Amino acid sequence: MQHIVIIGNGIAGITAARNIRKLSDDSITVISGETDYFFSRTALMYIYMGHMEYRHTKPYEDWFWEKNRIELKRAWVSSVDFDFKKVIFSKGGDLAYDKLILATGSQSNKFGWPGQSLNGVQGLYSYQDLELMEKNTRNISRAVIVGGGLIGIEMAEMLHSRNIPVTYLIREKCFWGGILPVEEAKLIDRHILEHHIDLRVEVELKEIIDDGNGRVKAIKTKNGDTIECQFVGLTVGVHPNVDLVKDSPVESDRGILVNEYLQTNYPDVYAIGDCAQMRNHLPHRRAIEAVWYVGRMMGETVAGTITGTQTKYQPGIWFNSAKFFDIEYQTYGTVPNQLRDNENHFYWECEDKKKCIKIVFNKETNIVSGINLFGIRNRHEVWSKWLGEGKTLDYVVKNLETANFDPEFFKRYESDIQAQYNQQFPDKPISIRKKGFLEKLLT
Amino acid sequence: MKAIRFTGLILFLFSLSLFLASFFMGSYTLTHEIFSSIVKPEHQEMLRNSYEFDRPYASGITFVNHLKKGIDEINVTARAEQRWGDIIYDDYVSTLTRASATGAVTENELLFFMLIYVVGTMGALMFILPQAKLAGPPGIRHNHIFHNALNNRGWLGMLSGTLLVVFYILLYFFPAYITNWIIIVNPVQKLLNPSASSGQWFLYGFLYTFAVIVMGFRMLVKYRHSRYQVFRTISVMFFQLAFAFVIPELLVRLNQPYFDFKNMWPLDYDFFDAWHINMLTQSGGLGIFMFAWGITLFVIGVPVFVYFFGKRWYCSWVCGCGGLAETAGDPFRQLSDKSTEAWQIERLLIHGVLVFGVIMTILVLYNFFGEDFYFAVNKWTVLAFPAIIGAGLFFFHRKKFPYMKGGKVRNVIVGIVGFFTLGAAFSEVSVFAKYMPVDGNNFNFSSGNIRTMYGFMIGSMFSGVIGTGFYPFMGNRVWCRFGCPLAAYLGLVQRFKSKFRITTNGGQCISCGNCSTYCEMGIDVRAYAQRGQNIIRSSCVGCGVCSAVCPRGVLNLENQNEYGRFNQPISLGNVNKII
Repeated sequence: MQHIVIIGNGIAGITAARNIRKLSDDSITVISGETDYFFSRTALMYIYMGHMEYRHTKPYEDWFWEKNRIELKRAWVSSVDFDFKKVIFSKGGDLAYDKLILATGSQSNKFGWPGQSLNGVQGLYSYQDLELMEKNTRNISRAVIVGGGLIGIEMAEMLHSRNIPVTYLIREKCFWGGILPVEEAKLIDRHILEHHIDLRVEVELKEIIDDGNGRVKAIKTKNGDTIECQFVGLTVGVHPNVDLVKDSPVESDRGILVNEYLQTNYPDVYAIGDCAQMRNHLPHRRAIEAVWYVGRMMGETVAGTITGTQTKYQPGIWFNSAKFFDIEYQTYGTVPNQLRDNENHFYWECEDKKKCIKIVFNKETNIVSGINLFGIRNRHEVWSKWLGEGKTLDYVVKNLETANFDPEFFKRYESDIQAQYNQQFPDKPISIRKKGFLEKLLT
Repeated sequence: MKAIRFTGLILFLFSLSLFLASFFMGSYTLTHEIFSSIVKPEHQEMLRNSYEFDRPYASGITFVNHLKKGIDEINVTARAEQRWGDIIYDDYVSTLTRASATGAVTENELLFFMLIYVVGTMGALMFILPQAKLAGPPGIRHNHIFHNALNNRGWLGMLSGTLLVVFYILLYFFPAYITNWIIIVNPVQKLLNPSASSGQWFLYGFLYTFAVIVMGFRMLVKYRHSRYQVFRTISVMFFQLAFAFVIPELLVRLNQPYFDFKNMWPLDYDFFDAWHINMLTQSGGLGIFMFAWGITLFVIGVPVFVYFFGKRWYCSWVCGCGGLAETAGDPFRQLSDKSTEAWQIERLLIHGVLVFGVIMTILVLYNFFGEDFYFAVNKWTVLAFPAIIGAGLFFFHRKKFPYMKGGKVRNVIVGIVGFFTLGAAFSEVSVFAKYMPVDGNNFNFSSGNIRTMYGFMIGSMFSGVIGTGFYPFMGNRVWCRFGCPLAAYLGLVQRFKSKFRITTNGGQCISCGNCSTYCEMGIDVRAYAQRGQNIIRSSCVGCGVCSAVCPRGVLNLENQNEYGRFNQPISLGNVNKII
């Protein structure tokens, strides 16, 4: 029986622990300084907004861990003695391991802005960040958020729920411009404005100004504007947390380098989740993917290797989802923000300008490589199959109904989408979906 | 807009205060005329000396207490002297109070009705409707629910829960005290059926419908982005208003039996009572039809509809209890307990009630068709029996109760004490004695007694006082989840033979917990969703809120081929899945 120590109780570390338990009788210890129990990091915003309390974000009841013999240790790890296989805690003491899994997650980026360490300036990643934000945003009259990405818009929504006016600075032309194509990004821009967020695109932060007491008083932008605020959310992305392997025999680049078995260069040390960087990533994936699902899948995979079944990390098609205020987003496959030479796209937008789909396909073969959906839910399973089988645009548009995952009675847009397709691509027309009796009756 | 909301709130609070104040209003004078017109001649002699006539009482409570005392004294003496024929069973207290009431409320029924219900509705709607504009674009708006004193068991929640419980106790057991409230809804009773005058059940039906309709509008505004929620809400509003409230009253007006076409056994537990069967079968063609309809609904309607749509066709689209839960109860849905422990208690309780209801009905029918069913059991045997079962349950299931850290001995003691207390609750020292007569050292079990006990324990206490009164404490489906025998029956069909399931969307779940938090039935939806497993639970009423609150589009209510309904947990994404 080996002792497996996992640093980090996020989705990656916990999934690894659970799956190791399913596969073996090894003794397992999960260490975290953040919280006693695993909670859903993605739900932090809902705690702040009062949709849930912390206890609701714990996916397993507290007795689960003891029942499954997963030891939980609340402590911060200061360093790891890789030669002697020991984890050393910041408050003293150590813990020996046979195998070590590093699942240390990410840290918020800060790009050396003047004043970035002032009180009232923060990112949002950990539970401690949430507590800090609760404290930092009490009785303030304006907040500035810097960075047009997922955490930035979440923060905007959080602050908005407390009626705190928000100025939202985005470096790109539109929201999440590094990922989203311009049509979709504009759609979200409109929605952000609809929620009365003071959105300012193509504006960069220059410096954060001290009020004399070590607290933020205002910010200056690169175009020379000064915006008074008592809170600054720095949400300009995250980077892998590699603190524990710096100056150690374990190799790291931006992240902790791992092979396809999620092993580091050092024996019996593995890295999974946000902190891991694939040495040779698959062509349709990135080397570092700091998303929930990757953490989960890596946790599932590493459990196999650790318990004796060498298992390659082989993620399927890329998928992701998010919710921007009220607009849900799902994506399957690859939809780049700018089309590559051999690519073309089919874009449909609903009359209400709040729903759209974008399908990217190969110009010559018509084979579809990915879809973005806003305000419409589609089935992961169906898209996984279509993309795996190399379905063409006409097939996909014709069969969109099969992929729809919207609740019953929701207005369906397949026929609109198909009509637009026929208009745009008259040489390969498809038959248009007929509405059912009930649907006609109710819509 | 904000001013409209504020005014609305003030108006509503005014109406609510007036409603509460009207409880204390008026004076009561019993006259000889009233007395002799209401009390049966054979009782007049006995009661006459107990009452003071022509004395005005300023307090309804004192008045009612005096009336009750008079009757109680006679009954106590009659029992002691075993003069069974002299016991008074008639509810003179309510009728005499009603007739003796004078003062502002009695003289101005309509005015009070307007000030309380019409102004109250206006106020409530002024408060609710502007949210369509004020709360931002359509979408999930659960901001600050857990910061709110009403929604998260704060002082406001505690206060409203207490008021509800008190209301239910008065309504069910002491209706004479709420005579003024009953009088105030009389104008509506007259409108629907001029020859009737309102009673406690009319008041209840009216308030119930009122709550469903007004809070239904709140639901429509809140979920205006979800057509599933909109249609469902309109459906429960319609069924409550038409089927449960208006149609039965109109039937009575047309000299037909009072009948709610959407209610059915075993929720409608008096369906097979002798008086009910007789009333229906002796009321001509329509009565016979009602009787056949009632039976068809639960014999054929339930299995067929549940097979195609799941139990939601009833529980969250048609049912009155469901209707109230989904409208007035919506602000409390997040308070249901999601723990495994709660699920275990739920299964024990709800199926226990179903068994109890079925046995009770069989006994009642046996009595109807055959001879009286009767046996006496020694008191101590009755008390010991559940204690033994309890001890056994806790002993053999101790591993399923991981939260019970104690050892075997402790669990067994808990079992014995718990169930003994339950047994003792039926002993002569408690209020239950009234519903479970004890004769010397014996409990008398007869179909009548068991029926009465069911009515008291399940029909009144569980479904009413606890079921609705506990909304602000334990969520809006306490009754539906822990007690409703019809829900248990629908649930069994749903679990074993139905096309209905909630499907999860591949690997998109982020375990955030919104679905579980807002599941009114206390299902830990996330536990399934994060594993990619279909949610098939007998308790799921298909309200669709988990799907609505999911930020990643993971959950969907579907009726599909039965094949593959119980799927293996698969969360997509990993090609090389080893488990």
